[in-house]
Amino acid sequence: MAPGTHSVASSSRHARRKLINYIFVGLTSIATLIALTALVMILWTLVAKGFGGINAGIFTQDQPGGGSNLGDGGLRNALIGSVIMCAIGMVIALVIGILSGTWLAEYGDGNKLASVVRFINDVLLSAPSILVGLFVYECLVSHVLGHFSAIAGAAALAFLATPIVTRTTEDILRLQPNQLREAGMALGAGRGLVIRAIIWKASRTGLVTGGLLGFARISGETAPLLFTALGNPFMSFSLSQPMASLPTTIFQFALSADDNWRRLAWVAALIIATFVLSANIIGRALAARGSSSK
Amino acid sequence: MKFEISQEEQPTVMVAPPVEQRVLDVRGLNFYYGKNQALQNVDLPVARHKITALIGPSGCGKSTLLRTLNRIYDLYPGQRAEGQIMFNGENVLNPRDPVDESAATSGRPRVGGDLSRLRARIGMVFQRPTPFPMSIYDNIAFGVRLQRSVSKAEMDEIVQRSLTRAALWDEAKDKLHQSGLGLSGGQQQRLCVARGIAVEPEILLLDEPASALDPLSTAKLETALVELKDSFTIVIVTHNLQQAARISDYTAFMLMGRLIEFRPSSEAFVKPETEAMRDYVTGRYG
Repeated sequence: MAPGTHSVASSSRHARRKLINYIFVGLTSIATLIALTALVMILWTLVAKGFGGINAGIFTQDQPGGGSNLGDGGLRNALIGSVIMCAIGMVIALVIGILSGTWLAEYGDGNKLASVVRFINDVLLSAPSILVGLFVYECLVSHVLGHFSAIAGAAALAFLATPIVTRTTEDILRLQPNQLREAGMALGAGRGLVIRAIIWKASRTGLVTGGLLGFARISGETAPLLFTALGNPFMSFSLSQPMASLPTTIFQFALSADDNWRRLAWVAALIIATFVLSANIIGRALAARGSSSK
Repeated sequence: MKFEISQEEQPTVMVAPPVEQRVLDVRGLNFYYGKNQALQNVDLPVARHKITALIGPSGCGKSTLLRTLNRIYDLYPGQRAEGQIMFNGENVLNPRDPVDESAATSGRPRVGGDLSRLRARIGMVFQRPTPFPMSIYDNIAFGVRLQRSVSKAEMDEIVQRSLTRAALWDEAKDKLHQSGLGLSGGQQQRLCVARGIAVEPEILLLDEPASALDPLSTAKLETALVELKDSFTIVIVTHNLQQAARISDYTAFMLMGRLIEFRPSSEAFVKPETEAMRDYVTGRYG
C-alpha cells in the first residue's frame, strides 16, 4: 500500500470494522441475555414455588398418600432412595470410567480398538436416557431379576455416568505433559506405576470434577428410573426391591390433582436443582483451581 | 543449508578419550522417527566422571541422541534405534528380557525389568522441570523406593545428601514435606537433579536443563553439575555455548543428524576444526 493512501483507507475501513464489531458484540450479548433470563426464570419459579413448602417434615417423613387427611408427609424415602442409587451408580461409573479413560489416554494411541471404544463412548455420552432405561429394563429387570429394583436403577444411572467419567478422565490425563511420564520412567518406574503414582495424582482435581459432573447429570434423571427402580411410596433400603427417588416422585406428584403432592413435587425439584447447581459449581471451581495451580 | 554437501563427505573430527576411560560408547547409531532418519551413523564416546556437552543448531539430533542413551524413546511406538550403545559391556539397544521381546512384536511400548534397571543407572533431567505432584521429600524417595526398601532414617539421609549435592538443601530443608510444585522453576530443576542422583546412577543425562531458567538459577545449577562430576558422568544437551564452554570437558558438535566434531572442550571452542562448527560457535549459523 502506498504511504499516502494509508490514513484515508484505514479510517473508513476502521469505522466499518468498528461497526461490525459493535453488531457482533450486540448479537452475542442478546443471546447470552436470553439464555440467562431463561435460567433465572427457572430458578426463580423453583424458589418461589418450592421454598415455602420446605419444613422439617420434608426430611423426616415419608411421602403421604393422596388426599389431605393423611397429613403433610415429606420426601424422606425419595431423598434416601436417590442418594443410595446415585451413590451406587457413581461408584460403578467411577471405577469403570476412570480405568477405561486411563486406558484410552495412556495406551490408546494408534490403537484401532481404542478409536472404536472412544466412538462408542461418545455415542453413549449423548444417548437418550430413556433408551438406557429401556436397555436396562430388557437386560436386568425383565430377564435376570424379574422385577423392578433399586439395583437396576443404580445400573441404569451408572450407564449414564460412565461415559462422562470416561471422557473427562481421558481429557484430563491427556493434559498431563509427556515429560512427566518420561521423568517417572527415567527413574526406572514402569508405565503402570507412573500412571497410578504420578499421573493420577497430578490429575486428581480433574478426576473429582468429572465425578461431580457425572453425579450432577444422573441425580436428575427420571426416565431410566421409571423402567428400573420404579418408585416406592414407602421407605426401603433393600436393593432388590423397588426404590423411591426424587425425580420419579416429582413425575408422579407434579401431575396429580392433590395440592399437597404438587407442593412436595416443587420442593423435590428445588432440592434437585440446588444439588445439581452446587455439584456443578464445586466441580468447576475445583477445575479452575486445578488449572491455575499449574 | 550451505553445509549440507560438505558434511556428506567430511569424516567426523574426533579427538576421543581413551577407551578405558569410557563408561558409555555409542557406535554407528542410526535413529528413526517412523521413516525419518534423525541420526546417521553417530559415534559418541562418553568419558567417566567428565561432562560431555552436545551442541548444535535446533533439529540437529542432539536431544534425540540423548534420548537413545536411556531408551526413553521406547515410550513412543514408531521410534527406533539401530547400532550400538555399549554400557558396561552390554548393548543398551538389545532387548534382553522376555517382556521386551514379546512387546516389541505387538507394537506396544516396550518396558521391562531390564529397562527399569538401565534407567536407574542412567538418570535423566528434562528441559522443563518435572517435579512429581508430591512433597519434596517424596519426590526424591520415589525413585529410591523403586530400587530397594530403605529405612526411614536412611531415607532421611539420602534426601538430605541428594538435596545438598544438588545445591538445594539450604532452600528446601524447612519445607521437605511441602509440595515440590511450590518451588521456583530453578529450584524445581535442582529438585529434579536431586531426584535423579538419589538413586546413585552412573550417568546423568540433562536435556537443556537451564533453558527455562533465569541466569542466577542457571549459575546455581551449573555449580551443582560441576561438583557432581566427581561422582557421576554427565551428558548435557545445551543451546548455550558459554555454558558448554564453562562446564564441559568434551564437546560434541552435531549438524543434521551427524556428529561433526568431538573434542576436548578446551580445544573445541578455541579453535574449531570444521567450518561448520566455526560458523556455529561464532554465531553465524543456527
